This record gives sequence, C-alpha cells and structure tokens, in this order.
Amino acid sequence: MGVISEAAGWLTDPANWSGPGAIPHRLFEHVQISGVTVLAAALIAIPAGLLIGHTGKGRFLVVTLSNVGRAIPSFAILALTLPVTIKLGLGLGFWPTFIALFVLAVPPILTNTYVGVAGVDRDIVEAARGMGMAGGQVLRRLELRLAAPVIMVGLRTAAVEVVATATLAALVAWGGLGRYIIDGFAVRDDARILGGAILVALLAIATELLMGRVERLVRPRGSSSIRLRGA
Amino acid sequence: MIRLVDVVKRFPNSTALAVDHLTLEVEEGETAVLVGPSGCGKTTTMKMINRLEEPTSGSIYVDGRDVTLQDPVALRRGIGYVIQTIGLLPHRTVAQNIATVPELLGWDGSRIQGRVKELTGMLELSRELLSRYPSELSGGQRQRVGVARALAADPPVMLMDEPFGAVDPIVRARLQDQFLDIQDRLKKTILFVTHDIDEAIKMADRIAILNAGGILEQYDSPKEILREPANDFVKEFLGSERGLKRLALMKVGEIEVEEGPAVSPEDSAGRAQGVMQTFGTTWVSVVKDGELLGWVDSQSLAGKATVGEATARRFSAYLTAESSLREALDALITSKTQVAAVVWEGQRYRGILTAERISTEIVS
Repeated sequence: MGVISEAAGWLTDPANWSGPGAIPHRLFEHVQISGVTVLAAALIAIPAGLLIGHTGKGRFLVVTLSNVGRAIPSFAILALTLPVTIKLGLGLGFWPTFIALFVLAVPPILTNTYVGVAGVDRDIVEAARGMGMAGGQVLRRLELRLAAPVIMVGLRTAAVEVVATATLAALVAWGGLGRYIIDGFAVRDDARILGGAILVALLAIATELLMGRVERLVRPRGSSSIRLRGA
Repeated sequence: MIRLVDVVKRFPNSTALAVDHLTLEVEEGETAVLVGPSGCGKTTTMKMINRLEEPTSGSIYVDGRDVTLQDPVALRRGIGYVIQTIGLLPHRTVAQNIATVPELLGWDGSRIQGRVKELTGMLELSRELLSRYPSELSGGQRQRVGVARALAADPPVMLMDEPFGAVDPIVRARLQDQFLDIQDRLKKTILFVTHDIDEAIKMADRIAILNAGGILEQYDSPKEILREPANDFVKEFLGSERGLKRLALMKVGEIEVEEGPAVSPEDSAGRAQGVMQTFGTTWVSVVKDGELLGWVDSQSLAGKATVGEATARRFSAYLTAESSLREALDALITSKTQVAAVVWEGQRYRGILTAERISTEIVS
C-alpha cells in the first residue's frame, strides 16, 4: 500500500511536471520515437503487404518474417544492434532503439496488410478486372479500401507493442518514460519505478483507444457483409 | 461479332485440354449460349474473350479485331461482363456500382447520372435502391444491379456467366423474361454461359453444347438441336421431354392448321349435318363473315331450319397464332372434345387444332 501512495505522490509532485527531464518532456520523447518507428514500419510494410497480397507472390516471405520477428525479443535486438550502430557512428540512443522497435513493428503490419488484401473476395476482384479496372486501380479502389480495417488492426497492434517496448530506449541512453524505471532501479526509488510504469501503461492504453477509433473511421460503409479475416 | 478460331486452352500443370480446338461465331445482335457439364470449359472460353484467360493457341476476334493484340484493360471496358456471384463492390452504393465503367472511361458527372437513371428504369430498380449498399439488397436486386452495371457504358458485346444462377427459380424466370425484353430492344451480341439446358433453350438464338474437355458437340438454334440432336451426348444432355421442350419453342402460327368443319349461320341445318358427316365429327363450327361464333351439334340443330337458329356454344379451348404448341397441347388435353379452335386477331376463324396434328409436327 505504501508504494502505491508513494507513486501517487511522485506522479502528482509538481516538481516532476516541469523542466527538462520532467514527465511532459519524457512523454514527448516516448511518443516521438514510437511514432517515428511505427510510421517508418508502416511505410515499408503496408506497400510490401499490398504487393504480396495483390500478386500472391512472396507469401513465404511474409510468414517467415513475421515468425522470426515475433520470436526474437526486442531486448536481444537492442543488444545486437548496439555494437553495430556504434561502429557505424550512429551512436547510442535513437538508432539502436529505432532498429529494435522497427523489427518489432513490421511483422504485425505486414501480416495484416497481406491477410487483408488476400482476404478480399476473389469474385469481386475478378468482376472489377473484367469491367476494365487496371491492376493499380483494383489495388487502390478495391483491395486497399476493403483491407483497410484489417491493416488498421495491424497498425494498432504494432503501435501498442512499440509504445510498451520503447521503455527499453532508456537502456541505451535515449529518453522516454523508461528513463524513470531504469533510473528508479539505479537509485532504488520504488515510487519513481512504479510511477514510470503507470505512465507507460496509460500511454499504451491511450494508444489502443486512439487507434481503435481510427480503425472505425476507415471501415468502409456498407461493410456489414465484408468478412474480416484479420490476424 | 465474336469469332473464335481453333482456340485451344491448356492450363499449366494439366495434361488435358480445357478447350479443344473450338471454332465458334456469334453473329451481331444474337445471343449464343454455351452450355455443358462442369469441366466443359464454358467459363474458360468466355474468359478468353475478355482476356481474363489467355488462349494457348488459336485466335479470338471481337468486332473483327484480334483481342490478343488489344490492351486488355481497354478491351474489357468495351465488353459488358456479368458473373454468377455478381461481385458488386461492397463499399460502394448501387449508383456508384452501376457507374463503375463510365467512371473508368472518364464520363462527366451529369452524363453518368443520366445513364444510371436510365438503367434504373430499364431494369425496374426502384430509385431508393441507388443510395443503398450491395449488402442491403435482395438476391434478385443484386443480379439486376449486376446487369445494369454491365450495360452501363452501352457495350455492343456482353459476356454473361450464369448471371441468373444465384436466385430461386421464380425470381430467375422473371429476370430471364426481363432480360429477353431488354435484349429485344438493345440487340447486343451476347455470349451467355449456363449449365441449365432449359435456361439455354429460353435465352438462346443459338446454343453451343460443350462436352468435358472443351469439345463442341453441336452449335445450332434451340429448335434444330431439339429436333435433331447431333449425337447421344447431346440427346442425353437435352434430357427427357425433348418433344415438349421443342413444342414450347414452336408457335401455332408457324404450322398449318386444319380448316375443320365449318358452316355459316345462313346455311341450312341439313347442310350442317352433311359437313359433319364429311369430316366425321359430331359438331361443326359456326363462322359468320370470317368470325367464329362457336359450335353446334346434331342435338342443338334438331327441329331448326338454319344453323343460325341454334345456339352456338363456345369452344372449351381457343388458341392464337402466338400460342406455343406446348400451350396448345396443354389446352387440348384438358378440353373435353380434344379440339381447340384457332383464331387470329380477336375472333377471326382460322381452323382447328388437334393433338394428332401436333404430334405429326414433332415426329416430322
């Protein structure tokens, strides 16, 4: 009970809410690296998933990548990339964290995009082609639109995982809310550890809710008959 | 208009041919129906015309131009296409679905709107449906939207793959009748695929009967195929009641009807008796200035001087030139006398029809 009230005290201490290293600053850093990573992962994984789903070629790649990506812990990737980034002169902080989170974010987005596109009723695609839609038009006007909700589920999964895992950034000298947990351990400040953990949890929940809302927005109208076969 | 010359299709990893040296021509404004058991290559044949499949060898011409030399996308925009599952775009309204091809062709908004309205009327779709989504339609409505969409850019050629397959028989019959009406006016060149021989007989100007492996067994008008099936496969595929199916396609107006025993009201009763004797009947038609009044028999003529004094009774069955022989036969076998009066335009007497006469027509 003592720890919880101490954590509450830490969270409400005005001193923790202003100045460099205060909660708003760390929150910004946390959101920044998470946002940049998910965006980068989406920019790679969505086009790749669309292409694989549309052509039906490269399914093997999707399955392998997503299995491998899910099997390797982010902590291990962070440890593996650190010497590399240092050697490349990219240093500590941003780049090793980015790479570790990127590897985490790609599989759910890639898999869901692929599954979403491949799951679009083939008869609808055939009718569209038969009417004279070119390949790109089928992809943009049909497959992307109908797969959008499934792709969004992938983005949501990726975003929540990345927000939760970005806590590790503090290990390699990047900021973020993980700072409080790592530093709290170092100085044995239980209030700070718990306070940081609560903030990370709240941010993850907020991300989940926000992405859920976006997901409803992209759901095509008339879609009650569209079966969602998302992962 | 559509011409296939020695077309062969062999799918990769398959030793058997899907389509075997098929040569076929669909004349402009005609409906040709490809019919056959599953695996006879009918759908594959259709898909080679709009290049959803490529032939292994042979040539296909639409409007005299080799399809393999054309850009497939442009080719398809000029050919109406309906498939059994229709494949409406689920995230677009009925109006947007119908507008698909005109939009692809870059028509301006008001022209598209006008065309959508026109098609809505043509297919008897209610205006309220235009803003609905496909998932909100009944099966029959969906099929009609599919046909409207295929007709949208007014293509001269239509490919229809079991377009009325996914609905119950009553709705199907209605859609078929409606489409026949539309085709009567539009005179499209249509290649229609079905596995249902009765649908083929109903819709076709000419039927191509395909056997497994894409072999063309017979290509002829429904009447000719029913009259003279080329071989046992065709005979078997046509099924039982071949004679009745043929009768359904023949009109009373196309056969010669017997004049039958007839007298005018001014004729004497004695003359009427004489006519009955000549024809070997117990009754005689009463015709006044070419108009059929009814019939009289010896009983009703008893004690009368002229035919006009007796009360003429109505025939139990009347047929017109437009009646099919199948309807005629049905009327005959349900009437007491087994004789039907044939009248043209109102009540102009033409003659009589008997079951025997119809039978000689099928046998010939």
